[in-house]
Amino acid sequence: MDDLLADFLTETNEGLAALDGALLKLEKAPDDRQTLSEIFRNVHTIKGTCGFLGLSRLEKVAHAAENVLGKYREGSLKVTPEGITLILSALDCLKSIVAGLESTGSEPVGDDAPLIAALDAAWRGEVPVAPSTAPRAALAEPAPMVPEPATAEPDLAAAEALFETHVAPVPVPAPVPAPVPAPAAKAEAEPEAAAPAPAAPAAGQGGAAAAPPQTIRVSVDVLEDLMTLVSELVLTRNQLLQLVRARSDSALTVPLQRLSHITSELQEGVMKTRMQPIGNAWQKLPRIVRDLANELGKKIELVMKGAETELDRQVLELIKDPLTHMVRNSGDHGLETPEQRRAAGKPEIGRVMLNAYHEGGHIIIEIGDDGRGLSVEKIKAKVLSQGLTTEAELAGMSEREIQHFIFRAGFSTAAAITSVSGRGVGMDVVKTNVEKIGGTIELRSVEGKGTTFFIKIPLTLAIVSALIVEAGGERFAIPQIGVVELVRASGNAEGAQIERIHDTPVMRLRERLLPLVSLSRLLQLEGSAAEPEKDEGFVVVTQVGANVFGIIVDKVFDTEEIVVKPVAPILRHVTMFSGNTILGDGSVIMILDPNGIARATGVGADGPAEELAQAAAGLRGTRSSERTALLLFRAGDDTPKAVPLGLVARLEDLPVESIEHSGGKTLVQYRGKLMPLVSMSGGWVPPEPGRRQAVLVFNDRDRAMGLMVDAILDVVEEHMNIEGASEQPGFLGSAVICGKVTDIIDCAWWLHQAGDDWFRQTGAAVAPRRLLLVEDSAFFRHLLVPGLTAAGYEVTAVDSGAQALQLREQGTVFDIIVSDIEMPDLDGLGLARAVRESGPWQELPLVALSGRVDGERMRLAREAGFTTYVGKSDREALLASLRECLAAPGIA
Amino acid sequence: MMETEMRAAAKARSSAAVMTDSAAEMFLTLTVAGQLCGVPVLAVRDILTAQAITRVPLAPREVAGSLNLRGRIVTAIDLRRRLGLPPRAAGAPVPMSVVVEQGGELYSLLSDSVGEVLPLRASGFAGNPPTLDPVWREVSRAVHRQDDRLLIVLDVDRILAIG
Repeated sequence: MDDLLADFLTETNEGLAALDGALLKLEKAPDDRQTLSEIFRNVHTIKGTCGFLGLSRLEKVAHAAENVLGKYREGSLKVTPEGITLILSALDCLKSIVAGLESTGSEPVGDDAPLIAALDAAWRGEVPVAPSTAPRAALAEPAPMVPEPATAEPDLAAAEALFETHVAPVPVPAPVPAPVPAPAAKAEAEPEAAAPAPAAPAAGQGGAAAAPPQTIRVSVDVLEDLMTLVSELVLTRNQLLQLVRARSDSALTVPLQRLSHITSELQEGVMKTRMQPIGNAWQKLPRIVRDLANELGKKIELVMKGAETELDRQVLELIKDPLTHMVRNSGDHGLETPEQRRAAGKPEIGRVMLNAYHEGGHIIIEIGDDGRGLSVEKIKAKVLSQGLTTEAELAGMSEREIQHFIFRAGFSTAAAITSVSGRGVGMDVVKTNVEKIGGTIELRSVEGKGTTFFIKIPLTLAIVSALIVEAGGERFAIPQIGVVELVRASGNAEGAQIERIHDTPVMRLRERLLPLVSLSRLLQLEGSAAEPEKDEGFVVVTQVGANVFGIIVDKVFDTEEIVVKPVAPILRHVTMFSGNTILGDGSVIMILDPNGIARATGVGADGPAEELAQAAAGLRGTRSSERTALLLFRAGDDTPKAVPLGLVARLEDLPVESIEHSGGKTLVQYRGKLMPLVSMSGGWVPPEPGRRQAVLVFNDRDRAMGLMVDAILDVVEEHMNIEGASEQPGFLGSAVICGKVTDIIDCAWWLHQAGDDWFRQTGAAVAPRRLLLVEDSAFFRHLLVPGLTAAGYEVTAVDSGAQALQLREQGTVFDIIVSDIEMPDLDGLGLARAVRESGPWQELPLVALSGRVDGERMRLAREAGFTTYVGKSDREALLASLRECLAAPGIA
Repeated sequence: MMETEMRAAAKARSSAAVMTDSAAEMFLTLTVAGQLCGVPVLAVRDILTAQAITRVPLAPREVAGSLNLRGRIVTAIDLRRRLGLPPRAAGAPVPMSVVVEQGGELYSLLSDSVGEVLPLRASGFAGNPPTLDPVWREVSRAVHRQDDRLLIVLDVDRILAIG
């Protein structure tokens, strides 16, 4: 409340000061509509705000004045000098109340009835009588050009009292006329002007010293300019220090030290002018949480800690909306209903916690709840149904990586869309906003216990600490906040090494495969194309959101404090840079933007660039003739083999010693489990001890299987046009990839070799028929599409019933639809009903796919409109069904 | 030293020109690959000699890089590259920077040499000859007959319209 009141006072004082001037202007030009509306607006604002703060005296006077002004504005009342003086006297009354408010913190007691009566009379169109002359006296203080100030009539002591106090001692040139607590009130009761006068100055002075405006308003631009200048000064200081260090000129050392100290203090001082407590951004939250609780029928307690933690105004502005959003999210998604909480043995009242504190040069803001926590299983299901990743990839992810999916665009776990959240815009926007100001966002969630987000943001955007690196003979700055660690890559076998999968550099760092980006390559710096890639240098391990990647540089220098300046407009399109700056030695240097690099290299696939691509692609589904990422390898003979990369969970290079044999099977201990290994070449001969075996690891849920190959060749993006189904088991057929005939392996067959409890399914048929495959599991999609393509179908795959129906609305034509039954949201049965109900697909044959085959399910599927029903495991049956259905079109 | 002198001279003469001879506009002359050019002197903020220029990777090829002008970053445009001319011969004197301002940003036009500040009479101007090379025509506001030479008046905005 104190802050609010202070703000109100500052604002009102400014408003009142502006009003004085405006009214005088109006008196001279009574027809100036613009001035009139300005006055009206000002008074209206004051009235509105004091009503809100429960300042009834102020409100009543302001209201009466506003009424009169309203009539002036409408033109139904003529602006007269008497009218103006009346309004001015109302302003003076307001001022005196405000002054009292300032010195005592509450409205002084008093009776404004005569003034209000006069205003009301004016409003009714009567000529104001009594206050006509007195207010002129009051005018004298703010605007001394009005003559004869001493003509005050004794009965209008209020105004006169004001006048007296003002004319006498006004020591502080405050923007407010010297605070007078309650002269108006007293004067009213006691007509002698002299009585309140002596009391007032004393009270006024006391008040001025204690509470009120020891602050002045300064335009943000002035502060920004100051900040820029100080930043320059800091840089110049650094430059000087560097020079002196090199020369060891002792005469300069001492004054320079002083300069350095003063500069630092000045910098801090100017920074302080821009600092605001984070509580300012939290002000609206209690109300939001209360409304949220009512709306959702939850009991929510909002706990705020560290509201006094200060941060840069600019950062504060940028963080406000994301914070609000996150608090809503915590209340909406995070917390359970009271019933659910009781059932879970938690107190009924859920807590949303906000905590802010300094850590290093950063501010950490925690937004936590003690609600249900993130459900990894739900996220997985959602991620798959949204097609954000494949099941195989998911299987290889840590819990943390899976939780990070909530930061992906278009992701929302709330099952139902509430008015609060769940519209699929959310955490990704928050993340983007946080990253925009050089911050990072992390989360920690325990299912059933709650979720806490950690936002780490720099104290200020003006000066950042950056790592200076060199690549291709040029120096660049990398903002320190994104840098996780520095790794020195040595050419020899000791320590970390830069390795290559074909031309793509990677590094194995603590059991993790780190994608690398060569800076000189990325920026097309001279010499990088010609000279062979060096395997020595430094790797700057950088984190962008959940993605970690390494930037290869030639040299690493010091860290330096830099002032980020935007690049010239003609360079804005180069997204690799977030700005440029001048270093201590006076040279200009470009600042790298890790986000831009991640996006440009495809490391951080969840950036806006991808969203755009997705939007552009629309809902065309995954056509099998589109480019697929393929892993090329050699096994057995010399013909290159290929497998869709999406199916491969990991590539491993196992020491031969770790491969064991048991019960006629080849096994390896892998991630605490036994993983069966299958060889591609018939008679597998173990390599000599001491060598290593390349293995492609396939994953499905908690199972893994390894395919032993001779060598991994490359990863390419190609159209996979499989020509001629293969007779040879284990192969779908051949395709021309990179100008070479390549065998496309049939994963299903090979996985089958590892144990027959691996899923069973596949596909194949005749004639170029258009087939729509509706299958929520990306894993099965990857398996089915190549098989069906090989069998001659033109396959379009979508991952949900809803998407299929959207294709129908877009007018896409198919010959047959193959759909999974168990899918989230709109399942296969629902889809079948929708297709049969109406529309161009009404007559199409529908084939149901299901993991389980039993009579009851078959009956249900047929009732829903499916033509036939096939088990996912039965490839032959699927192909046979397809042939059958297409031979006899129409509904069976 | 030189730069400040020239600036002062430019300022003095331009203000004098504005006051006394409104018919003549003041121009700073410069040469690019032997061609005499002029830019309105009021557009010129500074003239700098050799400067360390930081290359900007992936920038349009006309952009030579960035340089530091008393704490402000200036984007350098190589006029030769902008006009599709051959690069400076090795060992040629270092280019001069003519710093101009556009939309609150500073740009430097790298020229082979900088001449003097001249008042150009309005009567001496002629339109671009239709046979003028399209690259030149794009950036040329007019051609001025200057004694025995022709001076091309450069349009700074159009020079900076890159990419």
